[in-house]
Formats: sequence, C-alpha cells, structure tokens
Amino acid sequence: MSEIILSASHLYKTYRQRSGRFGFGSTVIKALDDVSINLHAGSTLAVVGESGSGKSTLARCLLQLQPLDSGEILFQGRDLFKLSANELRHERRHLQMIFQDPFASLNPRMKVGEIVGEGLLIHSTDTPSEQRKKVLSMLKRVGLEESDMQKYPHEFSGGQRQRIGIARALVLEPKVVVCDEPVSALDVSIQAQILLLLKELQQEMALSYIFISHDLRVVRHIADEVAVMHNGKLIEQGKVSDIYAAPREQYTRNLLNSIPGRKQTAAQHV
Amino acid sequence: MSELLKIEGLTVSPVGAPDKLLVNDVSFSLAAGKTTCIVGESGSGKSLTALSVMGLLSRQLQRIKGRVIFQGQDLTMLDNEQLRQIRGKKIGMIFQEPMTSLNPVLKVGYQIGESLAVHLGLKGDALNSRVAHLLEQVGIPASRADSYPDELSGGQRQRVMIAMSIACEPVMLIADEPTTALDVTVQAQILELLDELRRRLNMGMLFITHDFGVVADIADDVVVMFRGQIVESGLVDQVLHNPQHPYTRALLACVPDAEGRKPLRPIDYAWLNEEAPA
Repeated sequence: MSEIILSASHLYKTYRQRSGRFGFGSTVIKALDDVSINLHAGSTLAVVGESGSGKSTLARCLLQLQPLDSGEILFQGRDLFKLSANELRHERRHLQMIFQDPFASLNPRMKVGEIVGEGLLIHSTDTPSEQRKKVLSMLKRVGLEESDMQKYPHEFSGGQRQRIGIARALVLEPKVVVCDEPVSALDVSIQAQILLLLKELQQEMALSYIFISHDLRVVRHIADEVAVMHNGKLIEQGKVSDIYAAPREQYTRNLLNSIPGRKQTAAQHV
Repeated sequence: MSELLKIEGLTVSPVGAPDKLLVNDVSFSLAAGKTTCIVGESGSGKSLTALSVMGLLSRQLQRIKGRVIFQGQDLTMLDNEQLRQIRGKKIGMIFQEPMTSLNPVLKVGYQIGESLAVHLGLKGDALNSRVAHLLEQVGIPASRADSYPDELSGGQRQRVMIAMSIACEPVMLIADEPTTALDVTVQAQILELLDELRRRLNMGMLFITHDFGVVADIADDVVVMFRGQIVESGLVDQVLHNPQHPYTRALLACVPDAEGRKPLRPIDYAWLNEEAPA
C-alpha cells in the first residue's frame, strides 16, 4: 500500500451542550473519543456514521477548522498542531474541503470566477493572468464554461454549484481533500455525475480523499477504505470490500442491513 | 382487487402560465391495501401529484384538468368543507420534514388527538387512551404524549407524524418522502412500521420517493415520473428488473448498489431528449 499522507491519532473533542428545559444545566458531549485514522496517498477513506456520530466534527478537526481538545495530526510527517499560524496557512492550500450544501457554501455576492480564484489570490505567486488561466481551466475541467465566470451562484443548479465548490477546492492543487457529504443534497443522476467527476479528478491530480457520508451505497462505490463511527468512537475500520462482506461489529451489521433495497437483492442471491 | 384511488388525466400548471405543464396528463390507480410508489427526480411532479389528490396545491398552481376519483367519488368536484371531511379521516398524509410539520408549542399528544376530536368527536379519557394506544402502535412510550416536539428525536417526530396520520384509521395514506431526512437505521424502522400498519389497517399507500432502494423494499406498483409525465408504470419487479422506458433504465443505472458490482452511469439528457421524446 502507498505511503500514509495524513495520519491522525488519539483525537479528542468535546462539546458542552445546554440541557434541561430552560438550558440551565450543561452536558458534555464527546464528539470525538480517541479517534485515530490513516489516509493513504491517492486513496479514498470514507467515514460513515449516523447523525451525531461525530463524522463532520472529525472532518473539521482534521483541517484545523475547529480546535481539538487533544490529539496529533501528521500531514506529510509534520504535526499540524505544532505549526505557527503562518505555517499552517501555508499548509492549508494542500488541505482543501468540499462542502455538503452547494447552496450555503458559496458566497452569493461573489462571481464564480472570484469564488474559484480567491484561494489563488491568497496562496499563489502567479501573475493575475496566469491565475485567471488556472481558474478557467479548472472550471472547464469540472464541466463549466468561460462565460460562467461572470455569473453568480444563484444562477446555477445544485449540481453545477457542487461543481463550482469542487473547482474552488481543487484549483489550488491540494494533496488531501475532505469531502463532507458532497452528494447527499443531489438527485441520483446528478450524484452519479459528481461521483464520477471526483473519481476522475482523483486519478488526474493524485488526490487523497476523506469522504464523509451517511450513504453506504455511495461509500461502497467511491471508497477504498471505510471507518465506521458511532457516538464519537471509531468502532471499525478496514477495506471497503472486507467490511461490507463481513462486518465484525453488530452496529456495522445493522447499518449495512438498513440499506434500502438490500432485502430484495439479498433475497435474489439466496 | 378493489380500486381505491383513480387519477385520470391530471394536469397542473402555474396560474397565468397554462402552457407550462408541471404535471402532464397523469393517470394511474391504487388498489386497497397495496402500496404504489411514485418515483422521480426533483421537479418531476411527484409531490404535486400527491398534493393534487388532497386538493392542497398552493395558490400559485392550478389543476387545469383531470379527475381524482377516491372510493367512487370525484374529489375535484368537492368544496373545501367536504374535502375537510375526508382529509385526515379517510386519507392520512405524512410530509417529508418531521421538524417543520409539527407545531412546536403544542404537546405531541394534543396534536395527535386533534383529528380524533374533530372527526370522531372523542374527548376526555376516551381521547387520551386512544392517543396513548396510537403512540404505542408507532413505538413511542405513551408517557411521551406530554412531550413537546423539540424533546423528541427526528425519528420519534416522524413516528408522531405517522401516529397523527393513522389516528382515524384512514383507508388511504399519502406519504411524501417520509424517510428522506432520517438516518438509514431509523429509515428502515419507519418503512417497516408503515408496511405493518398498511397490512393491519388494510390501507392503500401512495408513497413518494426518489430512492429506488426504498421502492424495492415497500412497493407493489411503481409509477416513474419525468418532467411532469409518467414514463413508465407497472409491478415493482417488472419496473426494477425489466424497465422498458429509456429514462427508467438510465435512472436505475445512476443508483449505486450496495454490493459495488455495477459501474455508475449518469444520465445523458441530450441522448434522452432525442431518443425518448416523452
């Protein structure tokens, strides 16, 4: 197997939540409880779990978008925790994110060309015309046109907006991309387009994906490895084909048995 | 097989744009005790079809033709007062969002009891015991009748919605994407619950979904909609395993399978426009 590009060990993260009828009490919620994962270069690691399992917290903590309580995250051998603000900002171009909601994650007051080009403005030493060229070729690669650069996000459908989000993340030529439920808001036909696009881009740009999802059918399709989360704990991790064929944990088995349409396919293969 | 609902030539357009057909000449029927799934992508007209059955279209939309015959009676000929006698009593309805469909300032027990009081005239102990029984039927402890919606989880709220919709033991249930917002394990429980209630009460169920997996699990018959029209309908096995229309085949090829056996193929709409003018 290829080298490990991103390695997280013993991550802890707790939230305080108000409780009781008037919110006078407070409960501690363990969003991440001793979570460790390894991402191999060029592969896709899916993190699956139900709502509240901590999978989105994991995504945000890996990119240092949220502070951890404790733990260590090594990106290409460097501990992200120990970097200065400046060094961290420099590393961020290699660590990008694609968001779930293509409606909320694009600034409605910016043109698509500006949205996609903003990262280059911060991170790149290219001249403006070179930057523009990069933005344009990235937009074309994800299936948009030159004229789209002058448009605003509301002029696009959900699937096209997700393409804009992908272009924004990938124009910086990152090494690791965290995809937080990138297709769950889309129709199945659009979902299939975006999944194929993500796969092609992974090949072309040698990307490593952390793919957060609750949809086990999508995960079976896109991931090489899968990590199952439940109540903030990582309960099972391994190759997708192994875990889907023979889950060790009862919780994983329940999840797999709940996939709609499985009853029928199971009956057919008996 | 007795026919419970029959939709004939239903056509819906925005008010002021009668040429823009959002639902275009839709006809199908639903048998008592059976489940018919309407499946399609967003904008295919599946929800509008369901809303039209109950006469619940928004004011910006109009039904320009078509009949909705429920138990031999044309619902489109009834006035609002007459429709109110049927809604919630003979036809139950469950909506997609359990978070927004419940009133946040009323206890769930009260909300479940409302239709019992209105339609069946129950009150006092008779009402309370019926509400308790309904809650238990959907797998929630009867003591939860005194809870407010925000004290329940998403799955529990959807169970409350189901309890409300079956309170008067309707002969037909319309469910519009009732499990879309839920986790898979909860979704599986809710689907099982609905199917069990359908069998026990012998309800006909009109179930709207975009998920072919859900269709495979619960449907007897399937109606596939695309751009306001029905492109294919038939028995579930036939539509899923031997689809006739190119759109149905294309849509099925987009669905990832849990075994990871088949490659994903997105829909080529340009091809579809040429090959399959609806």
